[in-house]
This record gives sequence, C-alpha cells and structure tokens, in this order.
Amino acid sequence: MSAISIDKSKLIASTREVFDFHGGIHPDEMKSLSNQTPITTAPLAPQLILPLQQHIGKASKVIVEVGQQVLKGQKLANADGFISAALHAPTSGTIEDIREHAIAHPSGESDLCIFLIPDGKEQWCSLQACEDYQQLSASEIQHKVSEAGIAGMGGAGFPTVVKLHPPKQAKVDTYILNAAECEPYITSDDRLLRERADQVIAGMQIVASILKPENCLIGIEDNKPEAIAALRLATKDTLIQVCVVPTKYPSGGEKQLIKLLTNKEVPSGKIPADIGVVCQNVGTMAAIFKAVRFGEPLISRITTLTGQQIKQPGNVEVLFGTPINWLIEQYGYQASSKRGQKERLIMGGPMMGFTLEHPDTPIVKTTNCILAPNETELPLPPPAQACIRCGLCADACPAELLPQQLYWFSRAQELEKAEHHNLFDCIECGACSFVCPSAIPLVQYYRHTKGEIKKLNAEHQKSDQARERFEARQTRLDRDQAEKDAKRKARAEVAAKAQAAKKAATSAPRQEKVNTDLADKKTANIKETKTDAPQTIKAEDPTLELADLKETWDKAQAKLDKMYDALDDAKINHPENISKLTRAVEKNQMRVNQAKLLWTKTNNQKSTVDDSKAERVTLEPATTEIESKVDIPALELALDKATSKLSKLQNALDNAQPEQVEKLTRAVDKNKLRVNAADTELQQALAAQKSTNESALVDTVEAEPKVDISALELAIDKAVSKLSKLQNALDNAQPEQVEKLTRAVDKNKLRVEAAKAELQQALSKQVTVEPETTETEPEVDIPALELALDKAISKLSKLQNALDSAQPEQVEKLTRAVDKNKLRVEAAETALNQASASNNATTTKHNGEL
Amino acid sequence: MALLTLSSPHSKGTQRTSIMMRWVIGMTIPGLIAQTLFFGWGNLHNILWCGLVALACEALVLIVRKRPIGFYLNDYSALVTAVLLGLALPPFAPWWVSFVATAFAIIFAKHLYGGMGYNPFNPAMVGYALVLVSFPVAMTTNWATPMPLLDAVPSLMQTLSKIWGGTSLPDAFSGATPLDVYKNEIAHSLSETVLENPIFGERYSLGWEWVNIAFLAGGLLLLALKIIPWQTPVGVLVGLALPAVLLGYDADQSTPLMIHMLSGATMLAAFFIATDPVTSCTTKRGRLIFGLGVGLLTYIIRVYGSYPDAFAFAVLLMNFAAPLIDVYTQPRTFGYDKAKRGPKSKEAP
Repeated sequence: MSAISIDKSKLIASTREVFDFHGGIHPDEMKSLSNQTPITTAPLAPQLILPLQQHIGKASKVIVEVGQQVLKGQKLANADGFISAALHAPTSGTIEDIREHAIAHPSGESDLCIFLIPDGKEQWCSLQACEDYQQLSASEIQHKVSEAGIAGMGGAGFPTVVKLHPPKQAKVDTYILNAAECEPYITSDDRLLRERADQVIAGMQIVASILKPENCLIGIEDNKPEAIAALRLATKDTLIQVCVVPTKYPSGGEKQLIKLLTNKEVPSGKIPADIGVVCQNVGTMAAIFKAVRFGEPLISRITTLTGQQIKQPGNVEVLFGTPINWLIEQYGYQASSKRGQKERLIMGGPMMGFTLEHPDTPIVKTTNCILAPNETELPLPPPAQACIRCGLCADACPAELLPQQLYWFSRAQELEKAEHHNLFDCIECGACSFVCPSAIPLVQYYRHTKGEIKKLNAEHQKSDQARERFEARQTRLDRDQAEKDAKRKARAEVAAKAQAAKKAATSAPRQEKVNTDLADKKTANIKETKTDAPQTIKAEDPTLELADLKETWDKAQAKLDKMYDALDDAKINHPENISKLTRAVEKNQMRVNQAKLLWTKTNNQKSTVDDSKAERVTLEPATTEIESKVDIPALELALDKATSKLSKLQNALDNAQPEQVEKLTRAVDKNKLRVNAADTELQQALAAQKSTNESALVDTVEAEPKVDISALELAIDKAVSKLSKLQNALDNAQPEQVEKLTRAVDKNKLRVEAAKAELQQALSKQVTVEPETTETEPEVDIPALELALDKAISKLSKLQNALDSAQPEQVEKLTRAVDKNKLRVEAAETALNQASASNNATTTKHNGEL
Repeated sequence: MALLTLSSPHSKGTQRTSIMMRWVIGMTIPGLIAQTLFFGWGNLHNILWCGLVALACEALVLIVRKRPIGFYLNDYSALVTAVLLGLALPPFAPWWVSFVATAFAIIFAKHLYGGMGYNPFNPAMVGYALVLVSFPVAMTTNWATPMPLLDAVPSLMQTLSKIWGGTSLPDAFSGATPLDVYKNEIAHSLSETVLENPIFGERYSLGWEWVNIAFLAGGLLLLALKIIPWQTPVGVLVGLALPAVLLGYDADQSTPLMIHMLSGATMLAAFFIATDPVTSCTTKRGRLIFGLGVGLLTYIIRVYGSYPDAFAFAVLLMNFAAPLIDVYTQPRTFGYDKAKRGPKSKEAP
C-alpha cells in the first residue's frame, strides 16, 4: 500500500528517458573488491567516541553527564535549532568523558566528543514502535525522524527532517533517491539495496507521503545489476520508477543526478527544492523506515572497508563512534611493511574522500567508506608540470567550468577573476585533476582560492563598517570645529565694532543701565523684553555703557570658551564630568548671549537715537523701530540659545548609546532646521522692519507684522523648549510606551490641524477687512490661534521624538511622520509670513500690548 | 602509524604531457616518410639536427635557470618544436639557418617566457618567421625539386655537403614550390598554361600532395586519440578553403582550392602547428575562431602578400589574439542561463 499521489497512467510507462550531463570521467571502478560478500556486523569497540557534530548545521547540545549510565538508543544530545540533529547512544554503557578529540574532517581538527564505554549488555532503551505507520500524519513522521537524529547518509549529513518539510513556494515535482554510488571502491549502497531493498522502498514511501511528489524516481548506475533487480522487485507494485543511468563519475552528484533524470539544472546558488526536486540517499531511507516503524534512532550505518591494505574487505554495519584504526584492524588491516612508507587512510572514495590525520578518528553518520590503499592501486601523484592549456579539464568538468582559467587565476591570486569565472560553482569532484596530463592538483588550488575569497570578503565587510563609523565621527568633529570658528569670527567682528563705538563715546550711562537691568531680568522671555521697549526711548550717550557691556560680553565669552575646551577634554579623558560640564557650558552660553543682547540693544538704541535726531520722524515709527530693534536682538538671543541647546544636544550624541545615535542625530538635524527657520524668520523680520523705516509717513500698520514677530518669537521659544524636552524624552522613553505615544501623537496631530485651520480662517478674514475697525479682534484672535498652533506643534514634535527613542524598529515610520509634521509646521509658519507680507508693514497703536 | 595527508582526488588518470607530445611527434612520421620519398634526405637530417640543437639549448637554459634538466627535457616539448621546424624548413637550408631558428625558438620564444606552458607564441613559428625574414634568400632558394622530376636524385652526401659545406647544388635539385610557381605565373598566363608546369604533376602538386595527405592521416589519428581538439584543424581548413572557394574560384586569377589545400604546409599547420595547445585558445568556440583566423590570414597573405606560404605569420598573429578570443567565448556554466562573456559582464544566474 503506498500513500503516493501519482497519476496512474505513469504506471504503464516503465522506462523513463535518461538524459546526460557535460563531462565526467571513467575511473577504474574497483567495486568487486568489496561487493562480493554480504553485510557483516562489526564487533563492539572498547570505546566509542561520538562527536557532537556529525551533520550540517549547529552542533547538538549534550544532555547527559560524565559518569552517567546510558542505554542503547538513549538520547545523548538534543538538536540545537532547526538545522541540527540529535545524537543517541549506539550501545549501553557509561559516559566516560566529554572532551575534544580528532573528528572526521579534512582539517584533522578536534571537536567536542562524548566518550562512551560500552558495558557489552547492548540493553535497549524503550522504543516506540508503530505498526500502522502508514496512517501517521506528516508532523508525526517529522517528529519521529527528528527524534531519531537522522542526517543525510550519502556523505553531506544534512539533517533529514529539514528535507521532510515540503517547500512552501514550490510544489515537489520529483522525489529522487540517489542510488548512483558513482565513486570507485564504495559499495555500501549496492549491498544495502541487494539485501534490504524493501526497507529502502518503505522509507521512500513514508517520505513520499509527506512530500506528495508528482514523480518518485530512483537513480542507479548500470554497474549494479543485482541491486537494480532487487529494486525492481521491491518497487513492483508501487509508482516508484527505477531509472538506470550509464556509469560515469560523478553521476551521483546531486545536481548531476537531477540533470540526468529530469534534464533540469539547479540554478547556481539555489537548492534543488527551488526547482521542486528533493534528493536523498538510500541509506537515509532505511534509517527513516527503522525510525518510524520501530522507533529506532540512528546509531549505526553501513560502511565499506576496502583497499588492498585491508585483508577482509567488505561492507560492515558499524556503530557510530567506532575508532577507525580499531575497526580496520578487526578486518585484517596491515600497515605497509616497506620502510619509510607512510600510510594513507581515506574516509570516503578516492575522488572526494579526505585523508585522516589521526588513525583513531571515529566513524560518524556520514562515513560511507574507509579506504586503505597501497602504493600500486593509488600511487602518490607525480610532481606537477606546467599547464599546457590542453583543455582536457574543461572537457571533463561536470559543472561546465573552465578549470584551466580558474587554475591560472588561483596561481596569480586574481581572486575577483576567479569568482567571476564561477569558482564557487565547482563541486570539487576531482574530475579535472584526474584527467590533467600535467598532474596538477587543480582541486587543491580551487579549495585554497575559495578560502581566500571568503576571507577577503569578510575583511572587506569589516573595513567598510569601520570606514563608515570613522567618516561619521569625522563629520561630527568637523561640524563642531566649524561652529566654534564661526562663533569666534562673530565675536571678533563685534569686538571690532565695539572698538569703533568706544571712540565715539558720550555721557549718561545711567539710564542705559536701568534699561539694561530690566532687560537683563527678562532675557529668558522675549515677550517681556518687548514690554520694556517703550521705556527705552531716551538714548543719551551709550558709548561708555557700550564699552562696559562689551567687556562683560567678552569676559563671558572667554569663560564660555574655557568651558567648551574643558568639555572637549572631558569627552576624551573624563566621561563622568561631561553632563556637569555641558550644563555649565549652557549657563555660560546664556550669560554670553545676555551680554551680547544688552550690548547690541544699547548699540542699536544709540544709532536709533542718532537717526531719530537726524530725521525727526513721528513717534510711532520711532517706537516701532526701537521696539523692532529691541525685538531683533531678543530674537538673536533666542537664536543663540537655540544654537547652544543644539550644540548641547550634539554633545549628548557623543555620550549616547550607539543605538540612540541615529535618533539623536535626527533630532539634532530637526533642531538645526528649527534654528535655521528661526534665523530666516529673524532676517525676514529685519527686512520687514527696514521697509517700515523707509516708509516714514505711513500711519497705520496691520497687526500682522507685530503679531508675526511675536509669533516668530513664540515659535523660537517653543523650538528651544522642545529641544530640552527632546533630550529628556530621549533619556527616559521606554519601549513599552510606544502605543501610548502613538495615540498621543495622533491626538495632537488632530489638534494641530484644527488650530491651523482656525488660524488660516482668522488670517484670511483679517486681510479683507479694514484695519481700523477690526484691529482689536484679529489681534486677539490671531495671537491666540498662533499660540495654540505652536503649542500643538511643539507637543506633537515632542511626542514624536519620544516615539523615535522608544522603538528602534519603528524609527523609519516615525521619521516619516516627523518629517511630514515638520513640513506642516514650516508651511504654517510660511503662511504666517506670507499673510504679513501681503499687508502694508506699518505700526499700530497697539504695539505695546501683547 | 604515521599517516600521510593529501588533498583529494587520490586517483589519477593515465594521460601525461610527455605521452601527448610523443604522440604528436609520432604522428608526423607518415608525413616525414612522404617528404623523404619526394624531397630527399634534407628534412630527416634537419629534424635530427634541430632536435640536437633544441635539447642542447634547453639544457643550457635550464642550467642557467637552476632547474632539474631531466624533469624538463622529459616532457618532450623541445623535441616537438624541433620536429616541427625540421619539417617546415626547406630541405636544403644551411645548417646555420636551422640552428638559428631552433635556438631562437627554444631560448627566446619558450624559456624566456617561463618555459613550457608559459609562452604566448608558438616557438617553432617564431623561429621560422625569424629566419624567413632574416635570411630570405636561404629560405626561398633551398626548396627541393620533387624527385620524380629529377634524373639523378641528390645523395645523402650531396645533401649533407650542401647543408654543412654550403656547396651549391646543381640547379635542377632546388626549385620553387608549387604555390610560388602558380602565384608568379598566373599573373601573366592562363591556368592551363601554368598547370602544364611539371611541378604540379598530374593532379595538384607533385610530391607536396602526398606529403599533405600523409600529414592529414597523422592528424586524423591524433584527433581520434583525442590528443588534439577537432575545432582547430577544422577551423584552419575551413578558413583557408572558404575564401579560396568564394574569392579564388577563378583559376585564371588565383591559385585554385586544391592547390591551396594540398600544397605547402597546409595540413602540417592545420594538425600539428596551429593545434599547439599552449598558444591556442582554450574554449571550444575560441578554438574554432582561432583556426578560422589562421586559415583566413594564410589565404590573405598567400594571395595578397609577398610570401608564397604564410602559415608562420598567420599562426603568430592569431597567437596574439588568442587570450582576447578566450575572454569573449566563455561557455555557459551549469546552473546559469547565459554565459558570462567579456571581461566584466555580471550575468545573474
């Protein structure tokens, strides 16, 4: 009874067309040495050495302890992850040790192994047999196979349970059983098929019930007539087709066999499952059957012992962990008697097998053959001659490569060219080396070059990352340096002006002092500065006062510079002081800005007084001027503060965790934009004021310019406050708050929208109405609206920043949202400016209120 | 037990470079026999003399390079060069002509590039071209008249004294080659008149046709043994035949096809010279293009150039082009949709 769903019409077609692959060689088969006798059971070794990694993927995890008594078939190590396999005790006994030992690998390196001392009792642990295995579900079968620790026994050792999960994308078109056994000397699959074909077919049917393929094929070479007969008998009443392929090495290679049976090529870099083909070994099938039917884990395999040095060659069923030197001695291995002759022990066949460095290497799940040749049957290779470019290698290559070119590139270490010539498609079958007339060890060159290329790629990746980090750091340092230079330049210019002013110094510094004191108290709030402005009409002789202020300013600046230097030093040598110093820097920056503000105010007043003396304009324009001039320094102060906060934030970037750097950089950039926006607005305000001065006889001014200014100041204020909140948000935000913050952000967005809409309406209303009649109303409305708008915007931004810092994965989304909002904010502000510009820029009586 | 660690594969095929070289030398024997029968002892002597010179020069260079002499001389590559030169040079060429040709070929065209496998140009052809250009008189006046046309054939002693002693031969012994004759005569005669010249024999070229047929036989045997690929000789012959048929169909204007194919060094070049694996292309398609190029260039130089036989130059010119042809004729690798042709093309599989 078979559980395969195949079109019944295929039952009629018994012979299926067999295709061909390029190249291939015909070495001497040497199979008769070991396939004449049936499989024998190897004796029990005195010590079993079980490596934890006998498969592709992660090594298994040990679950037993030293000194523990274990039963035959008891699990010793669990699979670690999906691509891994379990390990079981091949016999009952005691765990002697778990330590490093030489493993079956070409490198001869050591790896962790479990040392098991058999007690000779061969006591099985409890097994879960299943007579009715055909009724099992796919997941049950997968579980049994996984629990049995079955890996591909053809030589690769890929965990079988992975192949038993049908690929999601492609349907399994063809399920192929690899019975080709193309390598010379190896006959384990041959004997297994001759003696236990029914187990193999049963296993195949179990797998087919999971994969549900369209076709089930067995690929076998024509040098195994008895095995073919046994297979045909076993598949008599099934839909499995036995396809006989001509004997050619390497027709047992997975890709080559697929090409032979289906004429499809597995694309480079992909696996057969990508084209709907699954390929497995016959030994694996027998193991699957035993696991599902009898619950037996994988604890032994059939290995060919062959070569002229082994007197009783043949196939043995041997437990894993059996040391190879002990095993071959049981079968009559005799080291060569020739003096100075070094022996070769090959695990695998003569074409792809590797020599063992340590004779006590254990048998593992992938050991299909142990070959002990003498000098005559496998002589040592002659010394290599120069390549004569005959092209016999390209004729033999089953992967249709140009081995000759690959050889030249490997010699010249032209790694890029080698990779371009598809070096990584080489399956290392050895056909090219076999045919080379100059006896060049081609495969060895390719292995070496593959390793070199992999190493080079890893190094490139590392250096790319290092370079990116370095460049980011350089940019930051340059930026800091540029800012410092700009500041110093500005200071130098102001100092020069102060010098000039000092020359034209006059009396009455008192009044200036009062005014500056008042201004001093309220520098933190730009609004309050403005209320002071009307009182500062009289400007008598500010020159001396100017000089004093300049001095104060210079001193403050010098102190600030010292603080900055200390901060820089701390960054490198004393990280613990950075926060303290940053705060100190901030405070000093404030002081500097205040001093600057005072000085500029005084300076402007002086020039205004001069101007007013000269021009004799009406009071209003004058007040407007002064007030505007007062406003502008205030704006500048605010700007400076914003800039200082920005630099503080940038310093915080240096200290921040690497994960936060991204967020903070973005925040910094945002703030820079804000600062720039504030700057531009300031310039615009200045320009607006200039035009105000020029039109000397204008009587009324709309509320908008003043209101504009106040709005701008508000905006700047908000930007500044937001910066500090940003800092806090970054420090404190927790990932779990994302949900809350998202909702809050959305709410605020709505509020912002509403506030904006209101504002727009108010503005448009105002434009169409006469200023005299509706001054008060708009005045009340617009500032309030704008206040609301700005508040909403700032809150929104704050939340967004919090969001940024909360979840690294959501950063992308939030960045986009933040950008959008940024644009909106800027658009709102531009709209404001436009509204103001569309009106005449003249003062009103209401200049004092706000 | 002490275990030897070696890299796989551990099995080795039976083909060896020295075996291939010996087959190449061996397969020239039919041609050599034909040459001796028709043109006397000259070629045989030249082969022996060039062989001696080649081995001596190689040994000398290897001593200077501090390499094991036996290992390198045993690959028979120097002997192949010597044999090809011995077959290609005129039978009565003075000893110093063949000496210069061989010594230059071995020392300059082979070992100065790194020895066997590293030379970009065919050493025998380099030597031949050198003496052809440097000693034009010696290379054009020392061709032998086919023996059936002579009343008295030159004896071995006479041949040796000519080659070594420089004694001038009786006029009858040396003569122009059929290609030379036809090319010069057809300029002012009709084909029937030209073909009346006894040098053309009854069919195409007296003596030369048998030599070429013998070399063809040897070459086909090499093909059967898979020592040489079929693309190169087929390419050469097609490359020569096609223009001869398309452009030289009029026997009254230019040399007819069969004289091209069976006279001169056509078959020798197609099967033994152009197929030198070291200097030829490595890809199958590339070899075809290489062969076609050699044939075409030979035709052009023969008809429009001033040399009656032009294989040396044609082969050398195609040796220049071989690496580039290789780059552009890469085959498709298993598992890819298209071949990656050209130096930097990156085809996705």
